[in-house]
Amino acid sequence: MSSAVSAAGARPMEPYNERIVRLFVLATTFWGVVAFLVGVVIALQLAFPIFNLGLEWTTFGRLRPVHTSAAIFAFGGNALLGTSLYVVQRTCRARLWGGDAMAEFLFWGYQLFIVLAASGYVLGITAGREYAEPEWYVDLWLTLVWVVYLLIFLGTLMKRREPHIYVANWFYLAFIVTVAILHIGNNLAVPVSLFGAKSYSVFSGVQDAMLQWWYGHNAVGFFLTAGFLGIMYYFVPKQANRPVYSYRLSIVQFWSLIFLYIWAGPHHLHYTALPDWTQTLGMTFSIMLWMPSWGGMINGVMTLSGAWDKLRTDPVLRLLVTSVGFYGMSTFEGPVMSIKAVNSLSHYTDWTIGHVHSGALGWVAFVSFGALYYLVPVLWQRQRLYSLRLVEWHFWTATFGIVLYITAMWISGIMQGLMWRAYDNLGFLQFSFAETVAAMHPYYVIRLVGGVLFLIGSLIMVYNLWRTIRGDVRQETAIGGAAPAIATARA
Amino acid sequence: MTDLYRDDVTGKETTGHEWDGIRELNTPLPKWWLMVLYACILWSIGYWVVYPAWPSLTSYTKGVIGYNSRADLSNQIASAAEAQAHWLDAIENTSPEAIANDPELLNFAMAGGRATFNENCAPCHAVGGAGRPGFPVLADDEWIWGGTLADISLTLQHGIRAADNADTRNNLMPRFGADQILDQNQINDVAEFVLSLGNRAEDSAAAERGRQLFADNCAACHGPAGEGVRELGSPNLADEIWLYGADKAGIVAQIYQPRMGVMPAWGERLDSARIKMLAVYVHSLGGGE
Repeated sequence: MSSAVSAAGARPMEPYNERIVRLFVLATTFWGVVAFLVGVVIALQLAFPIFNLGLEWTTFGRLRPVHTSAAIFAFGGNALLGTSLYVVQRTCRARLWGGDAMAEFLFWGYQLFIVLAASGYVLGITAGREYAEPEWYVDLWLTLVWVVYLLIFLGTLMKRREPHIYVANWFYLAFIVTVAILHIGNNLAVPVSLFGAKSYSVFSGVQDAMLQWWYGHNAVGFFLTAGFLGIMYYFVPKQANRPVYSYRLSIVQFWSLIFLYIWAGPHHLHYTALPDWTQTLGMTFSIMLWMPSWGGMINGVMTLSGAWDKLRTDPVLRLLVTSVGFYGMSTFEGPVMSIKAVNSLSHYTDWTIGHVHSGALGWVAFVSFGALYYLVPVLWQRQRLYSLRLVEWHFWTATFGIVLYITAMWISGIMQGLMWRAYDNLGFLQFSFAETVAAMHPYYVIRLVGGVLFLIGSLIMVYNLWRTIRGDVRQETAIGGAAPAIATARA
Repeated sequence: MTDLYRDDVTGKETTGHEWDGIRELNTPLPKWWLMVLYACILWSIGYWVVYPAWPSLTSYTKGVIGYNSRADLSNQIASAAEAQAHWLDAIENTSPEAIANDPELLNFAMAGGRATFNENCAPCHAVGGAGRPGFPVLADDEWIWGGTLADISLTLQHGIRAADNADTRNNLMPRFGADQILDQNQINDVAEFVLSLGNRAEDSAAAERGRQLFADNCAACHGPAGEGVRELGSPNLADEIWLYGADKAGIVAQIYQPRMGVMPAWGERLDSARIKMLAVYVHSLGGGE
């Protein structure tokens, strides 16, 4: 074992608030399963529309935002909140600022936001803005909760007992601050009445669309990228027990990513009423974003230098590194899809869905799974996970599921785009829209199978974490034949 | 904690910082990474020079090639129209019957008719005119309003029960049940009689009772033997083709409170060349007369 990582410094005066992190870990696990389950249901509905059940509450249109919000805000959000509160305490050697009641308010307030949002969708209450469907009363509540989050995080940074702020915390802070700006900017709306759910955006026309995608794209950029890079920057070096590859790269990556990402939204509106100059800027900033995004991948993967052998024996580390691989793939695919010529084929097709899921399943979910597997033994003071073999099973089931999912969507999406633009030699469209829909059916079934595998993987994780929390340890031969020197066991 | 330290494995220096056991190597930026970043920035700057890019308060930089996506689209549409102009003009000036007799024109009209059908008609009548419940099959030889090129053209042009089109094809079947023209038993008997036209009656006594009711209430439009009257758009009830369900429940529902489909007047939406191509295409689907 390398000596690069010294024993943790002297314990702080106050013990860390780990209760709140435990709550977030449980909520992340719970909402993750919900998100994957609803995803499977709507994939089933797309392949076999009869499963809309003919009830307004269970139609695809109502359940789709339940799936996206559950995945991004409930599963991803709880993972971000929980890990950030864990990481900021450890790397600042300070208990959370603001006291326990404030932290409890943050946790329960955030869960209330999720329930209010999801129940609204099912009942047909929606602001009609993608990834920002909650109506004004839910938006106001989230704003309050988010301000509390910002205060707790900032306050803890302020009272830190380390001279410097660790890179993971830069990313978390950028995520918290920017999401606040995005949330408020995108949700500026006038309620129709004080006691009614309906509101209307203060913007209209193409400005409204632009604002929506400024938000939508940076929900990806700051929620699903910057925030999760915070997770990566702490949990990869901890699990690998290696120093971060490059401090300089982390600085340049951070600032270039933050500066460039916020411009990239217009690439969602290529070839629309959006002015040409705006489309140009959206596209070129997306291209320039490629290397800043990859800086995180390099730092994540290269942190394993000197510890590559651990990939054979530590499936948790493998989850984390695979997540970084998917991150690299998605952040290359994104700039490619932002190029107008490519976008004219890919836009409005399943290719976008495949792209989103290689990021959401491969990057966001995998890095969260890695963090959960790391955190549970630590937070519940267990010697190690119940079973590394089960982590291995989770890894392969989920990886196979992702590969099925994204390849099916790539093929279906490119086929769809090509069919839409196919002309015969006399200059007439080759296919009707209905024929392009029919052609996608087999790929929808394959996508469903991929989603089911991913869900099964997550249930294996739930079982494993539950047994770990109970304090059980499964007697099993170590993976790769090495002694069970489990990286999660620490003093 | 600051503690300059050299990593054993890589031999590289760390920054001397440490957080919760995590240190950082002071590795320089990878050269290839920096080069690709610069290349992307240079490419973007080049793109800004060529294409519309940066806004000012009142305008924006137009780019050296003067690209404009609206103009680009108009040009593409114009050149596509240009490429088809010869054929479309010929179709414009030719009757559907004459088109059907000119192999070259027919070839173009069939391609254009199929594409126009796929875009506009397939959502209801299905690809290839296969029909759906409530939307007639266009590929068989049963025609409610007639299956000659002239009949099909008229239906396309003015639609069926199309709102605000004075020449639309129109008829109205009374709501025999909902308006209490017939009672439940009478409706049952008429339905049995209609079933008996296809030798499907379940209750021959009821069918016999329905015979007179049919003659009094239905025959004026549907014909004495239920064979249908095209001039009135009243369907044949003696064959095996049913728009709203072939079983007794479907027939009873249709007598009680009939559903009557609506088709838009396509003459208000498509130019006459496309209407002609559609007529030729639909006529060719299998049942043209």
